[in-house]
Amino acid sequence: MIEVVNLSKHFNGSVILDTINFKVDDEKLVVILGPSGTGKTVLLKSIVGLLAVDGGEVFFDGVSLQKVTKKEIYRIRKNIGYVFQGTALFDSINVFENISLPIIEHTSISKINLNKEIKRILKIIGMEGKERLFPKELSGGMRRLVAIGRALALNPKYLFYDEPTTGLDPIACDRIKALINTLKKDYKKSGIVVTHDLEIAREVGDEVYMLKNAKIKKLKKIDKEFYEK
Amino acid sequence: MNLFSKIGNFAIFLGRSIFIPWHIRTTKERIYEQVHNVGIGSLPIIIIIAAFVGLVTTVQTSYQLIGSVPRYLLGSTVGRMVVIELGPVLTALMVSGRCASSMAAEIGTMRVTEQIDALEVMAIDPYRFLSLPRIIGTVISMPLLCIIAEFDALLFGGLYAHYFLNVPFSVFNYGLTHYFFIRDLFGGLVKTFFFGLVISTAGCYFGFQVTGGAREVGRSATYAVVVSSILILILDFLIALVVFG
Repeated sequence: MIEVVNLSKHFNGSVILDTINFKVDDEKLVVILGPSGTGKTVLLKSIVGLLAVDGGEVFFDGVSLQKVTKKEIYRIRKNIGYVFQGTALFDSINVFENISLPIIEHTSISKINLNKEIKRILKIIGMEGKERLFPKELSGGMRRLVAIGRALALNPKYLFYDEPTTGLDPIACDRIKALINTLKKDYKKSGIVVTHDLEIAREVGDEVYMLKNAKIKKLKKIDKEFYEK
Repeated sequence: MNLFSKIGNFAIFLGRSIFIPWHIRTTKERIYEQVHNVGIGSLPIIIIIAAFVGLVTTVQTSYQLIGSVPRYLLGSTVGRMVVIELGPVLTALMVSGRCASSMAAEIGTMRVTEQIDALEVMAIDPYRFLSLPRIIGTVISMPLLCIIAEFDALLFGGLYAHYFLNVPFSVFNYGLTHYFFIRDLFGGLVKTFFFGLVISTAGCYFGFQVTGGAREVGRSATYAVVVSSILILILDFLIALVVFG
C-alpha cells in the first residue's frame, strides 16, 4: 500500500502541493486528474523521491521514503515502475536493451533467461518483433508501450503512469488504456495514473482524485462539467 | 566564496562518482566502452596533432640552436620538450575539446529528457552508471594516448631533422636518448593521470548540472571544455613544481 501523508511542495515561494493526503490500496489504481500545470507530475515525482518534498511523508508498505537511507530508497524503487510523460527511453540503445537494462543491473540472469524474459514482456505490451528497433524508429504510441515494458522489467508491485495517453491518436490511446487495465487486472499491479484525460480516468481508475489549486479532492463521479469548472 | 563553493561542488561530485560501490560486473562493460570512445576515438586526431607538434618543435628548435650548439642537442631539446610538456598538455587539450564537450552534451541531454530520472527510479545510481565509467575510462586512456602522441611527435621530428635539417636520425636519436631521464617520462605520465581526471569530471559535472533545454546543453559543453582546459594548465604548473621544481 502507498500512503501519502500531508505532502507539501513549494517552488520559488509558490505552493504547488499543499498537504496532500491519499492512499493507494494493493491491486488498486488511483487516478489523479487535473488540468495541465497543476502539479500532477510534481506530485508523482515527489512520491517516488525524484523531487525532495518540503513537508509530509510517503509510505511504501509502511516504510517512509523520507526516513530511510539512499540504499533503502533504491530497494523500495525496485518495486516501482515509472512511465515518464516523455517516455525517457535511452535513445542510444534499442528496445531490447532498454527493457533489459534494469534486469541486467539488478539480477544475475543468464542470457537465455534474459531473452525469454524480454520476449515475455514484449508479448505483454504487444511489441513482439520490435526488439531491435531504436526509440527514434518508433511512433509515439510504441515508445509509450516500450516505456511501460521497461517499467515492468523488474516485475514491480507498483506502476506509476505520467500522462500515459497525452499526444497519442485515439487508437494508440485505446491500446495504452487496455494495457493499463490488463496490468491491473491480470498482473495485479497497483499504482497511480496522473492525467488530464477524463476517459482514461473513467476506464482504469478505482479511485479518482482531482488536483487543483495545490489541493487534492476525491471525486465520487467523473463529471466533465465539474472538471471544467 | 562563489568560486570556493564551485570548487567544493566539483570535488564533491568527483568523490560522489568514485567513492561508491563499483558493481564491477555491470560497470566493466561501460568502462571498456569509454576506453574505446576516449582512447581509440581520439587516436586519429591525436596522431595528426602530435605529428605537427613534432614537426613544428623541430623547426623552431633548429632555428634557435643549429649553428651555435652541437647538432645532437636538437634531439635532446625536442625530446624533453615533447616528453615533459607538449605531449601531455596538447594531448590533454585535444581530449578535453573532443571528449569533455561530448560527455557534457550527452549527459546534459539525458538530464533534460529525464533519462537520468529514469535511472534513479530504476534504482540505478546515475553517478555509477554515467560518471564512473567515463572517469575511469579517461584516466586509463590518457597515459596511453600521451605515450602514442610523444612517440609520434618524436618520430616526425626525427624524420624532419633527417631529411630537411641535415641532422641524421642517429644523431637526433643520440641526443634524444643521451639526455633522457625516466623522471621526465614519469612526470609527463603523472600529469596525464590528473588531466584525465579533470577532463572527465568536468564533462560529467557540467552535464549533470544542466537544467532547461538545448541552450543549456550547449552551454554546459562549452563550460566543460573551458573549465577542463584551465584546470589542465593550472595542474600542469602545480605538477611541474612538484616533480621538476
